[in-house]
Amino acid sequence: MSESASTPVPTVAAELRAARSHVGRRLLKNPTGLVALIVLTVMVLLAVFADLLAPMDPSKANIQDVLAPAGGAHPLGADSAGRDVLSRLLFATRFSIAGALWAVLIAAVIGVTSGLIAGYYQKWFESVSVWVISIIQALPGIVVLLAARAVVGPSIWLIMAVFGVILSPAFYRLTYTAVVGVRNELFIDAARVAGVGDASIIGRHILSVVRAPIIIQAALLAGIGIAVQSGLDFLGLGDTNVPTWGQMLSDAFSRMYQAPVLLIWPSLAIALTSISLVLFGNALRDELERAAGKPKKKRRGTTGYVPDTSGDAPVVHDEERADDRPTLLAVDGLVVGYDQPDGGVKQVVNGVSLTVRKGEVHGLIGESGSGKTQTAWSILRLLPAGGRIVAGTVSFDGKDLAHLSESAMVKIRGRRIAYIPQEPMSNLDPSFTIGSQLVEPMTVTLGISKAEAKERALALLGRVGLPDPKKTFDSYPHEVSGGQAQRVLIAGAVSCEADLIIADEPTTALDVTVQADILDLLRDLQSDLHVAVLIVTHNFGVVADLCDRVSVMQNGRIVETGPARSIFRGPRHPYTRSLFDAILEDGAARGPLAHSADRNTITERSAR
Amino acid sequence: MNAEPLLVIDDLVVEYPAKGFGKKPFRALKGVSLDIRPGECVGLVGESGSGKTTLGRAVLGLAPVTGGSVRFKGQDISHLKRKQRRALSDEIQVVFQDPYSSLNPSLTIEQTLAEPLRVKKMSAADASKRIRGLLDQVGLPANSADRLPREFSGGQRQRIAIARALALSPELIVCDEPVSALDLSTQARVLDLFKDIQEATGVAYLFVSHDLAVVRHLSHRVAVMYHGEIVEYGDGGQVTSAPEHPYTQRLLLAAPVPDPVRQEQRRADRRRLLEAQREMEVQAGV
Amino acid sequence: MLRFILRRLLAGVILLFVASSLAYLLLYLGAGDIARQILGVSATQEQVAAKAAQLGLDQPLIVRYVDWVGHAITGDFGASWFTSQPVVAAITSRLAVTLSLVIGTTVVTALVGTALGVWAARKRGAADRFVQIVSVLGFAIPGFLIAIFLVNVFALNLGWFKPTGFVQLSTSFPGWLSTVTLPILALSIGAIAAIASQVRGSVIDTMRQDWVRTLRSRGLSENRVLYKHVLRNAGGPALAVLAVQFVGLLGGAIIVEKIFAIPGLGPVAVDSTARGDIPLVMGLVVVTAAIVVVVNIVIEILHGFLNPKARIS
Repeated sequence: MSESASTPVPTVAAELRAARSHVGRRLLKNPTGLVALIVLTVMVLLAVFADLLAPMDPSKANIQDVLAPAGGAHPLGADSAGRDVLSRLLFATRFSIAGALWAVLIAAVIGVTSGLIAGYYQKWFESVSVWVISIIQALPGIVVLLAARAVVGPSIWLIMAVFGVILSPAFYRLTYTAVVGVRNELFIDAARVAGVGDASIIGRHILSVVRAPIIIQAALLAGIGIAVQSGLDFLGLGDTNVPTWGQMLSDAFSRMYQAPVLLIWPSLAIALTSISLVLFGNALRDELERAAGKPKKKRRGTTGYVPDTSGDAPVVHDEERADDRPTLLAVDGLVVGYDQPDGGVKQVVNGVSLTVRKGEVHGLIGESGSGKTQTAWSILRLLPAGGRIVAGTVSFDGKDLAHLSESAMVKIRGRRIAYIPQEPMSNLDPSFTIGSQLVEPMTVTLGISKAEAKERALALLGRVGLPDPKKTFDSYPHEVSGGQAQRVLIAGAVSCEADLIIADEPTTALDVTVQADILDLLRDLQSDLHVAVLIVTHNFGVVADLCDRVSVMQNGRIVETGPARSIFRGPRHPYTRSLFDAILEDGAARGPLAHSADRNTITERSAR
Repeated sequence: MNAEPLLVIDDLVVEYPAKGFGKKPFRALKGVSLDIRPGECVGLVGESGSGKTTLGRAVLGLAPVTGGSVRFKGQDISHLKRKQRRALSDEIQVVFQDPYSSLNPSLTIEQTLAEPLRVKKMSAADASKRIRGLLDQVGLPANSADRLPREFSGGQRQRIAIARALALSPELIVCDEPVSALDLSTQARVLDLFKDIQEATGVAYLFVSHDLAVVRHLSHRVAVMYHGEIVEYGDGGQVTSAPEHPYTQRLLLAAPVPDPVRQEQRRADRRRLLEAQREMEVQAGV
Repeated sequence: MLRFILRRLLAGVILLFVASSLAYLLLYLGAGDIARQILGVSATQEQVAAKAAQLGLDQPLIVRYVDWVGHAITGDFGASWFTSQPVVAAITSRLAVTLSLVIGTTVVTALVGTALGVWAARKRGAADRFVQIVSVLGFAIPGFLIAIFLVNVFALNLGWFKPTGFVQLSTSFPGWLSTVTLPILALSIGAIAAIASQVRGSVIDTMRQDWVRTLRSRGLSENRVLYKHVLRNAGGPALAVLAVQFVGLLGGAIIVEKIFAIPGLGPVAVDSTARGDIPLVMGLVVVTAAIVVVVNIVIEILHGFLNPKARIS
């Protein structure tokens, strides 16, 4: 229900096509991704055509050419055994890349298959997999490889196969997490109910989700494969008959004092390949995230943005009784916008004006996307990242909150304006006890001692109707129910004696019977403390239960405002009227099943 | 007259195994009995944890049945093998609550709707024709077919989910909170669609919801669930306006009425009811 | 909490046992004619048979395994086939060197990585891009390549540090520091990259949590919420990454020790591997596995301390 969760529905046709176009094609338009892809392609081509490109046999030693400088017969010089560096480099590219790919292939086959099975069927296979992985990961990969090397000898293929096994948990975990995530999606259940078989579900619904992450993981692991393979050869544990970057590096390192330049080529090859692999993986991930609708980065919006506040003035109902309570909060022409990646601003609140009097309960009602929660957050100046007040004023107690410094705002929050959130369970810090989360703000905002704050917290927990305040005080958030958590949050909101409480859908996440109790509690507290409440809701029942006055919001604007009773008696704006028409509470029950329906079924069925 | 019920649930028990050894399994349904006639809408109302969603899932074969039976047209379907279950796909279908996670985001609407048809080996041309008919039936434009779910609003997605459920012309659709995630005005329109489809095709609904008003609007009969049991079951109008069971009474009076004057009245009624029920409990305790 | 620790300890011991048993069986099953390998091609058939009998290799594998386990429990891992030095002595004399290097690197990594991660998460923009570039380089470039680069620049060209050698921590702290600075730098860059990007990600994710808004609505400043609440919640995932990094560092140290000629476990590992000195290799496997198990338990206890939910499961 919260507006922040709803993603904007794209309307422009071009945008739609772009979102759907293949991620691979978009990768080519990503500069980093393109460069990385070109480097990798060149590397692979060099590896494949090493025979044609190499001027000499990479293993042919020539004593006369030992450490020969670059030029002449040896374009890049010769190494400590007089072998041609360029030829060795080309063949090393072949073997180093092939070794890394071989390891990644083995890792992918083992990891993805077992991940799919463990994730989809779970049960014993999953427990066994967990144990096998803990055993594999109980040792550093290098140590396992050394041990393997001690037994199987210096073969690059055998060693890299063992390394593939060591890497396979990375693929396993990725696949497993994705499968478990997808498995619990309702569309999998729907496919099962539609009669789709397991193989088809895995193929269509699950593999399509994990395919791209597997490619990303493969790119990253190939980099690690190259590093480890080079490392082993660098230690002198590889097959000296197979030229690799690590062999070259080892040879160059032993002659570091005489010919340091020999270090450059293998180092460059390793670094360039590894960086390209990582950049390729990152670019692919960025494109995937962007395809999923996440903006890559947020830029500060242009300061010259002119807010759009066009639209009809709201329908205002006359006051029924003279109300001489002074105004506490006056929002005037509030515009809230989110900076877009293209430098523009997406407006979510388009010029809202509303006033809350001292001690009044004001309802702000609207459907999802109407901007009601955004309005509430901007009064507290707690908009999510990227959101800001673009225009308008928020007058509270003689100050304009819209233009107050953050440090001055900190003094307003809690002490003067408090907040009750929508989701009780996600609004308590899971790592701290409920008590400490109540005590900390009181010691900070009221400047009282911890002991005094604790005493007050216990009294408050009792006041909001928790049966055992001491026990709740010492509990962690995951140990209490949703209804109890909401009572705790209400206690927190009233703990610092604020003048205004902003309650954002305070009962939406609760069961109906719990909602009724919480509404009772809010009403009691409000009349006891004479605190003003701005309550954001989509439920006309809640408004009818609590509110003195109502403002109806649609598309970031207030369309109708006035005393609750007057609006319920005679809504005047067409939108408000359409909302009232959609209310089911007063409709007639459907009544028992008419016989015609039965006959209808039979004729329909037999006709088919 | 057709007296034979379409679906008979008898003394159904569902238990979820507890995590960790030696712990008692969680009993989500404790012996539930219910029947649905052809073309009927049975509303199932209850709060979170009452077992109402579990009951729907048990009918669909998605929950572990440990006791009792679910008979569909006389056949016990509570312990079917996957293959037998698949054969039931043109008899029993589903519409889920969450219009966002119930459609695969990477498949087009056509691909999603074609899935059940493909399983039944329908030819591509026939399937395409059927899909157009379905989209029309749920009030979506024909060009919706090659779009992705993300291009639709919550209400439209729910229409797509309904179209998928209708694809194989089932006789029963389990509707698990299908309008709870929707806005007020969208909710009313989707409910009307459910009603129209039922009147046109004679499909039966097991309609699960936490909202008494929604259930009342659509259901011929209503069952009220509480702690894994059905506490009241009967005519929709009766159960939702003059309930007999104390829990249903509490549930009815807990929902605020969208009218300040009548809500004040209901608040007072609720206070009196809670008072009276507490007294009765005290007396029963003595 | 005590039960939680005991359970982890038990699981760790079982894991250690299973892993080393598996290693033992695979090593000896995979090895060829060991006695021939030790004596070389020139030895006679009789000499080889005598050597095999002396090493107990004429016994069935299962008998040798049971024997090995019996001795290993008492802390006796046999002797090297080539130097006849007891395995335990060969390892313990060098273990402290490697551990001082790895633990030093872990501390540097945790501090710098966390600071960079928080900085990038808070400031975004340029700070963010800087950390992202460091992450890519640190992740992509192998530690030994960085080590070679550092030796060339800071030791050979600039002469700020000695290119090789090692001073024991117990001998002189400044001496130790000057010999481990470059190795720690080489090892830590990759690990810092991993920690920084993990911390950055979890801080950004945690800052988006609903309860952050609620705590701020109570009048707590953004910094207070960040340093007291957000960091604690973001710490769990970062600790998990730190554990993985520690295991990686243990392996990385072997290569880096060769470059800087540090007398740690690295040279022992390389020599015993190249020669096929299986008792020594086995000893190394058990020791590193034990270290990994201990580190994981420590990390899990820290995690349980940070996150109350982790204590029950």
